Amino acid sequence: MESAEQVAKDAERREIRDRWLLSAPALIIIFLAATGPLLIVVVYSFLTPGPYGDVVWKFSTDGWLSVLMQRDIFDDTLAFADAHLSIFWRSAKLSFMTTILTLLFGFPTAYFIATRPARQRDIWLFLITIPFWTNLLIRTFAIQEVIRNEGIANTVLIKLGIISQPIQMMFTDFALMVGMTYVYLPLMVLPLYASMEKIDFRLVEAGYDLYANRFQVLRRVIIPLVKPGIIAGSILVFIPALGAYVTPRVLGGSKNMMLGNLIELQFGQGRNWPLGSALSLSLMAIVMVALLLYVRAVGRRGGAHG
Amino acid sequence: MPEQPGRSAIEVRGVRKVFGTGESQVAALDTVSVSIRENEFFTLLGPSGCGKTTLLRLIAGFDFPSAGEILLHGQDIAPLPPFKRPVNTVFQNYALFPHMTVAENIGFGLEMLGKPKAEVKARVAEMLKLVKMEALSNRRTSQISGGQQQRVALARALAPQPKVLLLDEPLSALDFKLRKEMQIELKRLQHETGITFIFVTHDQEEALTMSDRIAVMSSGKILQVGTPWDIYDKPAERFVADFIGETNFLTAAITGMGNGKARATLKSGATIDATVAEGFQPKDNATVVVRPEHAKLTSGKGDLSGTVENIVYFGTDTHIHVRLDSSETFTVRQQNTRSAGCGFERGDKVGISIGNDAAQVLRD
Repeated sequence: MESAEQVAKDAERREIRDRWLLSAPALIIIFLAATGPLLIVVVYSFLTPGPYGDVVWKFSTDGWLSVLMQRDIFDDTLAFADAHLSIFWRSAKLSFMTTILTLLFGFPTAYFIATRPARQRDIWLFLITIPFWTNLLIRTFAIQEVIRNEGIANTVLIKLGIISQPIQMMFTDFALMVGMTYVYLPLMVLPLYASMEKIDFRLVEAGYDLYANRFQVLRRVIIPLVKPGIIAGSILVFIPALGAYVTPRVLGGSKNMMLGNLIELQFGQGRNWPLGSALSLSLMAIVMVALLLYVRAVGRRGGAHG
Repeated sequence: MPEQPGRSAIEVRGVRKVFGTGESQVAALDTVSVSIRENEFFTLLGPSGCGKTTLLRLIAGFDFPSAGEILLHGQDIAPLPPFKRPVNTVFQNYALFPHMTVAENIGFGLEMLGKPKAEVKARVAEMLKLVKMEALSNRRTSQISGGQQQRVALARALAPQPKVLLLDEPLSALDFKLRKEMQIELKRLQHETGITFIFVTHDQEEALTMSDRIAVMSSGKILQVGTPWDIYDKPAERFVADFIGETNFLTAAITGMGNGKARATLKSGATIDATVAEGFQPKDNATVVVRPEHAKLTSGKGDLSGTVENIVYFGTDTHIHVRLDSSETFTVRQQNTRSAGCGFERGDKVGISIGNDAAQVLRD
């Protein structure tokens, strides 16, 4: 007869085995869908570009070096080149602006929805999500239709006699900002709304009661309370904005490149997959550092609630 | 307690508040007028939905009246936003700012008033001492107990030295023992600060024990204003008599009036003297109320007669339910002694004598 100890040990072993079996699908997905592809990108960034794209399996650090430097085609020396860096900087700047603009427009919108009667809120939220139903490319072309020289905005302004010549809006940073703000606005509104919906509006009344005017209530009561939503919304907008591809391509033109376009270029016409991989990984690193700094700076206070 | 005329801190004149539009219009307050004196502990008492909180919110400025005036020391404040009224509120669930410490919460009002930092600090320290919370000044409000939150809410509302303090059922979230403690604490604070308190509650016992004067409200109207003693012993309407304490309702014919008293002939044929509610219009059949402790059970003949239906022992006293011969029910409350029993048994034929100053004629 088996001892009680033996039985207990077997049961434990079986339980451990079952646990692994049950987690296997999750582990496989995490590896295949997340870790695996990332590893491939890391490996590719250390290889040599093939003549028609793809990679040659020969170790090289050129991919990484070309992120910030340029190899002279005559004497093979490396020199610092700021072409990529300026695109990084430009992308960061535009993404930051997009985040600020979506916050400025999204905050009142979310507040408006959160202060409607419960039954109305669903309708407003539904309206906010409608753009998601349309393909991004189509939405972007729709904006182009509004702001191009012969577009609706210029036509109306000319007809009204406010301007005589169409204003060049396409292929400018202005066009990019309009497009990006429009595209990413719902990603800001939804987390902001989720935070605001949880606010106990008696706290707002308490603020008014204690002699705070509207602006002071906003600054001292509402904003601190929706901070988790502001953080979440900013992250949700900033990260995809940094890697935006379609919007800068359609509205910004080829001159006003952003990181997404630069990376695409390396995998396409540029036929430099290692450089593309290195740029992608650099983008990831920037996002992670930015996130860390942001959460640290904003999340220091007010961590006790949320 | 004699009624002392004093300056009124708050004067509500013909205030109406209507919510909704068209068909779904509801009058939360139906032309209410009341005058609240300076340094008074004034209670708005009524069941939920009676309009007491609406009236409080109008005084605080969170809502604006549909009609009427609200005067604070003679000045109409009805159109002012809440941050321009020298009136502070203690909210039902305290509404403490979760992102601030206890001290920051208490100092918030003073800070918004633009007081210098040193003054704010001194006043916060003073307030912390007043509500005995010095030790927890740097805690988050989520890290303190319900009773402590209550104290912080009080300190926060008192810190800017408002002319009037509004309290919206502030004790309802506390357990029984803590509630008793806070009732005494509130009376102490009101006494020490000399600020007019307007207290909203649905708890009649709380209202009776704490208030200088009580306004009993129902369906958007103030039915009666008076001292706890007035309200309990001389209720004006059936609702007031029924809502506060236990009472016996008897139908009687008014056979004579004079000197503020009425002669009421009960169904049993007995005639008793009764005080008369203000605004009583002479009519044939009036309602007379008698509190259970103001009537006495006798084995002989009394003003009323009936049969004992039930006897309930309460420790301090015994409630004896009697079915009157006129088929009405009547409860007598009898003080207990240590000698056994109340002297009566179920099924006994008994008489009930109503004391000299024990009955009140209602106006409705």
